This record gives sequence, C-alpha cells and structure tokens, in this order.
Amino acid sequence: MNLFGHVITWPQLYGQLLIGLINGSFYALLSLGLAVIFGMLTIVNFAHGAFYMMGAFAAYFLLVLGGLNYWWALVLSPLAIGAIGAVVERLFLKRLVGFDPLYSLLLTFGLALIFQGLFQNYFGASGMPYAIPKQLSGAYNLGFMFLPVYRAWVIVASMVVCFGTWLVIEKTKLGAYLRAATENPTMVRAFGVNVPRMVTLTYGFGVALAALAGVLAAPINQVRPGMGADIIVVVFAVVVIGGMGSILGSILTGFVLGVIEGLTKVFYPEASNTVVFVIMAIVLLIRPSGLFGRAA
Amino acid sequence: MSAEAAALPADTSERNRRANLVAFGVMVALIAIAPFIAYPFFIMQALCFALFACAFNLLIGYVNLLSLGHAMFLGLASYVCAHAAKVWGFEPVSAIVLGAAASAALGLVTGALAIRSSGIYFAMITVAFSQMVFFFCVEAPFTHGEDGIQGVPQGKAVGLFDLSNPWILYVFVAVVFLFGFLAVQRIVNSPFGEILKAIRENEPRVVSLGYRAMQYKLAAFTLSAALAGLAGATKAIVAQNASLTDVSFAMSGEVVLMTLVGGMGTFYGPVIGALVVVSMQNYLAQFGEWVTVIQGVVFVACVLAFRRGIVGELAARAKISL
Repeated sequence: MNLFGHVITWPQLYGQLLIGLINGSFYALLSLGLAVIFGMLTIVNFAHGAFYMMGAFAAYFLLVLGGLNYWWALVLSPLAIGAIGAVVERLFLKRLVGFDPLYSLLLTFGLALIFQGLFQNYFGASGMPYAIPKQLSGAYNLGFMFLPVYRAWVIVASMVVCFGTWLVIEKTKLGAYLRAATENPTMVRAFGVNVPRMVTLTYGFGVALAALAGVLAAPINQVRPGMGADIIVVVFAVVVIGGMGSILGSILTGFVLGVIEGLTKVFYPEASNTVVFVIMAIVLLIRPSGLFGRAA
Repeated sequence: MSAEAAALPADTSERNRRANLVAFGVMVALIAIAPFIAYPFFIMQALCFALFACAFNLLIGYVNLLSLGHAMFLGLASYVCAHAAKVWGFEPVSAIVLGAAASAALGLVTGALAIRSSGIYFAMITVAFSQMVFFFCVEAPFTHGEDGIQGVPQGKAVGLFDLSNPWILYVFVAVVFLFGFLAVQRIVNSPFGEILKAIRENEPRVVSLGYRAMQYKLAAFTLSAALAGLAGATKAIVAQNASLTDVSFAMSGEVVLMTLVGGMGTFYGPVIGALVVVSMQNYLAQFGEWVTVIQGVVFVACVLAFRRGIVGELAARAKISL
C-alpha cells in the first residue's frame, strides 16, 4: 500500500494495531478509574498518572526488595496504592467537600507534583527494567504475525477488569448503592448506608485501577517516574471524548482511541501524537458533553 | 471560586480607590528600584511571568474559568515572536505584537470550543488543547524541536531604543508589564468586566437579562490569551530564546500556582505570586527535583488552608479590595 507517500507493509499495520490495542488497554483502565472517581466524588483526579507510576514502582520494589514476583505485584500493588489513595481521600479531599470542585482538582494536581517530584529525586529520569514473567514470555504464531504472549495477556486482563467493573456498577446491589449515592447522597445516607466510607473506598478503588495499569505496563515500558505524566493528558482527552463519568463510554473510547492512534502511526506518523486531541475537538463541536456523557 | 468579597459596602469604594492608588505607586516604585537590588534579568523574567499570571487571573478570578492550558498562549507567542525577530527580521515591537496576535487567534479558536463547557470540563478541554499545541511545537520545523529557537536578536524597538542595552531593555519590559497590568484592571472595571463578574456569580441570571454570556466569555478568553501571548513574546525577547518549556503542561500548572499563592481575583495577587514562584525556582534550583515537591506542597497547603492567597488574605484583613 502507498498512502500519503508512506509505503505501508502489512506486518507494520498489524504491529501498530497491536500497539494501539495495548495503549488502548491502558487508556481504558486509567479513564475507567477516572470515571469511577468522577462519578462518585465529582472531582477530576489529576494525581491519577502519579498513582499509575507508583503502581509500577510498587511492582518493582516488591520484586527487588521483597522478592515477590509479578503475580504478587498484580494483587499487592493495587491494594497498597489503593490504600494510599484512601488515605489521601480521608486526609485531604474530604476537607474540600462543599467547596468548588476546582479546588479538589488543584489539590490532586499538587499531590501529583509531590509524588512525581519525590520519585524523580530518587530515581532520576531514567527507567528501571522489569522482566516479563516467564509464564507470559514467548509469542504465539498467528500465521500473519507473531503475537507476544505478554501483550495478549495485557489486552485480555484489561478487558476483563474493565467489563467486570462495569458489570459490578451496573448490575449488582453494591453498584446500585454507588449510583444512588452519586445521585442523592443525603437520601442514601438516610437509608443507613455509610456514604463517606463508600466515597473513600471508591476513590481507593479508582486509584487501585491506576496502580493495576501501572503493574501491567511495567514489563512493557520501563518503570520511570515520568511514565504517568506522559500518558495522563491523553487519558484526559479520552475521558472528555467518552463523556465525563460515563463508565462504558470511558472503556470503549479508551480502546478505540488506542487503535486509532496506532493506525495513525502507520498512515500519517506526524499526527500520531495529536490525533486524539483533534478527535476531541471534533467531538466537542458536535457533542459538547462527550459521546456518552450527559449534558454538563 | 474567587475569594474576593462579592459586594462591599458603598463607603469602602473611596478607601478601595485610595488603597489601589497606593498599591500601584508602591509597585511602580519597587519595579524602579528592583534592578539596583536584584539581578535585572531575574526581575525581567519575573515581570513576564507576572503579566502571564495577570492574564490567567482575568479568567479564573473574574469569570471563574480555570484554564489548565494557558502555557499554549505563552509558548506559541514566544515562538512566533522569536521566529519573526530572528528569521523575518522584524523589529522587536512588531514581533511582540505578532506573537500576541497569534495567541489571540489561538485563543479565539480554542476558546470557541472550550467555553461551551464550564468548570472541570473546561479545565480538561484546555489541557487537551495545550497538549495539541505542545506536540505541534515539537513537530513543526520552525520551532526546532528540542533545541528551540536560540539567539533571538533583541534589536531596536520602533527603530529607536536599542534593547541590547540592558537598561533600555529593563524599562521596555517594565512598560510592557505595566501596560498589561493596567489593561487587566481596565477590563475588569469596565462595564464589560461587570458583566463578566455577573456571569461568575450567576450565569443563568445574566442570560435571562438578555446578555449573550457565551460571547462575553469568549471575549474574556481571547483577551486573556492575547495578554498571555504578550507576556510570552516579551519573554522571548528578554531571554533571547523560545523553548518547549514555555509551552509545556508544567508551565500551565505553574501559572495556576502563581495565581493561587498570590490570590485569585485580586489585581496584585498574580504579581506577588509570580515573584514568589519565580524566586522559589531561582533560589531552590540547587535542590533539583525538590523544587517540584515544594511546589506541590505549596499547592496543597494553599488549597487546604490558604485559599485567598497572600494578597487576598491581606485585603480581607484590611477590608479593602486590591
């Protein structure tokens, strides 16, 4: 194929599609966490990228200091970082309830600076390698391309977690409580539900999703202090396109935009960094509250 | 989100006017003696950032629109001005005007899309636009990517004033800053500014009174972009370069910090805040990444306990509006 003066080969196309799906998996997990937090607390968690980075570092520390492998990290890192998130909510965000939500946004922005600065201080800008677990090394031969096992795992794991979360929120009693508390917290409290605890746990859960994405990303990208800052702005664009607070919207938009970004790398590489933002501008022109969002 | 008292009793208006005159006099006097006390280049940089923060404050303080992408206006104007002065041989004033005009145009386009939403949505959309501009500046050939535009000639302002003379340059920057500062004050105190403040307090009510709130917001956004551009373009002439730092997301965060520390919705807050933040970076530079951590701590502390900022707090104590 020859398009825009670029010669495109099929393996290149498949390769970029795969990278797009991988990035889409991370976008989906991260924007899902943002959507869950936004739905419950109506705040934009600017520290999300920092928590993603800390999730990856937690996996690295568990391996290097604790000798605990990838599978342990997959469970322990989200738990630990999620707990830090819950503490942050209790210590700081709780105090801003009732104030303009922009203050909470600025607070999480400040927290992101602190976390990122601390890690940059000790680890510099360079990355630590994190080996792919041996159960997931190697590649499948699909005939037309080689699919590394680890990458297939990331895509499947991310999809399972995303749709699992969606099911819990949309189809279970716990999810019904959550949605009810989003609509009318006072009424839900009157029914005897501990809403402040639910808010704390929701924030912790959203943060844990970011940490999980961090662990999944550790073997693919190096574990770097700047890894969160690099990805988070794209994720914000994904959230805006999908519609703030929409669970399914954030998941679908995450995967689709990952793929579109991958395809852009093949057909018009110069625009690959900006394509998501261009799409965002077009979507906003047509639907100011995003594809799946309710009117602001 | 402004901490400024919404309505002040009528008898304080005369006190306010006097307080503002005194404050303005003190500021001009300080700008005049500053180069004899501190390193002039540092003061000029601080003045450029102060103007940038004043432009940002026009939106957050008086229309309650939090732009988290204001670096795009600072950076784009800086690049356009540097390119015009270096490659096209523009004299500095017209290069600066061209830079500010470019930012105003960018503000008009991005603003038309962004003001359709408000609050958090608006903030996110401005982040995304500024990122788009950032990547444009990384890729576009005239910006020279990571290297930036170096060695921008300072030239002769309107063919008369040689800006390569540090003293003339200092006066020039001070004049540009004061022009921008007074422009913000003029805008806020004009009938147009009153509508902006009314939109901040109660937008549906303003709409019901027959004002086109959207057009007012767009005009405020464009003006803010133009003034931020003026700051960026002047900074390019002062520092003789334009780089990716000025268009980065971190810079968008810094201007928020400056305004927050100084006091949102006050005229002098952004100026004090800019001075504090720039000094912090200057004097703490030896501590490397700790500067980022300290900035984060200041952010958190301001949001939790010091929402009025330095000037806002002082003004509230003295029961005046600055």
